[in-house]
Amino acid sequence: MSQIEEVSLEKFKHLVSERALTGETMLLNMGPQHPSTHGVLRLLLELDGEIVVNCIPDVGYLHTGIEKNMEAKTYQKAEVMTDRLDYMNTVGNNLAYVMAVEKLIDLDVPARAQGLRVILTELQRIASHLVWLGTSGLDLAAMSMFLYCFREREQILDIFELVSGQRMMTTYFRPGGVWRDVPVEFEKAVRDFIKIFPKRVDEYESLLTKNPLFIDRTVGLGKLDGAVALSYGVTGPPLRASGVNWDLRKARPYCGYEQYDFNVPVLNDGDVYARYLVRIQELRESLKIVEQALNKLPLGPVRSDNRKFVPPPRSEIGVSMESLIHHFKLWTEGFPAPKASIYSAIESPRGEMGLLLEGDGGPKPLRVHLRTPSFDNLAVLSQIVKGHLVADLVAILSSIDIVLGDIDR
Amino acid sequence: MGVEQKLGNMGVVTTTLETVVNWGRTNAMWPMLFGLACCAIEMMSAQASSYDMSRFGMELMRASPRQSDLMIVAGRVSKKMGPVLRRLYDQMPEPKWVLAMGDCASCGGVFNNYAIYQGVDEVVPVDVFVAGCPPRPEALIHGVMTIHEKVKGETFKQYAEKYK
Repeated sequence: MSQIEEVSLEKFKHLVSERALTGETMLLNMGPQHPSTHGVLRLLLELDGEIVVNCIPDVGYLHTGIEKNMEAKTYQKAEVMTDRLDYMNTVGNNLAYVMAVEKLIDLDVPARAQGLRVILTELQRIASHLVWLGTSGLDLAAMSMFLYCFREREQILDIFELVSGQRMMTTYFRPGGVWRDVPVEFEKAVRDFIKIFPKRVDEYESLLTKNPLFIDRTVGLGKLDGAVALSYGVTGPPLRASGVNWDLRKARPYCGYEQYDFNVPVLNDGDVYARYLVRIQELRESLKIVEQALNKLPLGPVRSDNRKFVPPPRSEIGVSMESLIHHFKLWTEGFPAPKASIYSAIESPRGEMGLLLEGDGGPKPLRVHLRTPSFDNLAVLSQIVKGHLVADLVAILSSIDIVLGDIDR
Repeated sequence: MGVEQKLGNMGVVTTTLETVVNWGRTNAMWPMLFGLACCAIEMMSAQASSYDMSRFGMELMRASPRQSDLMIVAGRVSKKMGPVLRRLYDQMPEPKWVLAMGDCASCGGVFNNYAIYQGVDEVVPVDVFVAGCPPRPEALIHGVMTIHEKVKGETFKQYAEKYK
């Protein structure tokens, strides 16, 4: 095992100010093991007393080689890797991937599958925002938020377990639809959640929104200008809190989002408090989408019947020779995809989650590249924390809502 | 419910020092607040209201390795993180235990590639492996209780030999 390398100041003097070289300011490592970095992120801070002069993020402590691993697997098997990218948005990553595959091989998706995809992705958005709310509450010493948020999150995870058998890494969406139809208990479980959740959001808001301590710690902090955000490629709630109305669900609708009536919350302040308000409003809007999608959910098949790409059901294999051949071919060598390059993107809870998929005519992708929102959102951090206190850096970092699996992949 | 029931009105109990020490160690085993990847979210779920690890005296996650007894390696360990993890382990005071949570920390899981250690036992000695991707909070609690059972059976002689 390699040792931790001792680095001299000479090596990174281009990153810090001249005052650091004379010893006037202090260099301090925050992370990779630190409770408020939301994972294994290392921040090299240059401090003048308690004021942050420079903040240099060092990523890569969770580099997993997911892109390369996906290239070694067939199109069906590569999907399990996408779950583990941004582990707060597992079904969303699946969605981006299966949409790219469907675009590449030109596969149809039944309407019921589209509806189920929307319901589960929006539930996942709520779950992700709840984890964010709980952990950023912890960062601001509001411990009880964590306990309340995880209570509701468990309810969403129970729904995922009901439909897929797994709490987090569902791999429920498959190219051409979803794995199988939802059980009969699904509708009641989602209706229960829809009934209970608005009251719970009111409860969160009563704890934080008008809490003077919370307002003191968040208003006016980490101001991000809309133009700066755009130039850094920031997407998601941090961008919408800076006054830019950009949401892929409205701008480039996918999965039938154009059928649903929902608002995209946009605020102009661009500070930590605005980002909090945007996410709280998104909780309510996502719930609206879930309710509409559940009411509109049509009956019918949940997977395409194109047997060249979608394996036949078990019942067919015993009676049809053709189905047996398809089953064998699909699970041993996979399906070939044409030589083409496809980009498909979804609006993940953190921003634009995009996936570039390049086929080479064979059953495995030639190149997979991921455009992950946390990476670009983190890039702007060094701009917005300058001049703030170290304690406020914690609040600003948590307001961006990064996931290290998403950054390092 | 407690020691009073066993004592009656005698007011005296005889036991061995090892039993008392191990009883103390199992009932206040502080884990290190150290999440790596997906499993860390399930570790947080295990801490939160539904599963409530404080039933086992483990609600106090310490951010500093100097104050913790148990390292839960929750997630995949990359080549860049390995030396950091080792340093954190070295900074923990004795006695200390390691729980490898999830498939990635146990054996590399689905990531058989250049970037990930194929099991955290390449970096630090591991006491208990918990399977699952990610393991359910119940599985983590079971792993923790397995460590407790292990600690209850440890003797001073074993410690003396281990740290000679």
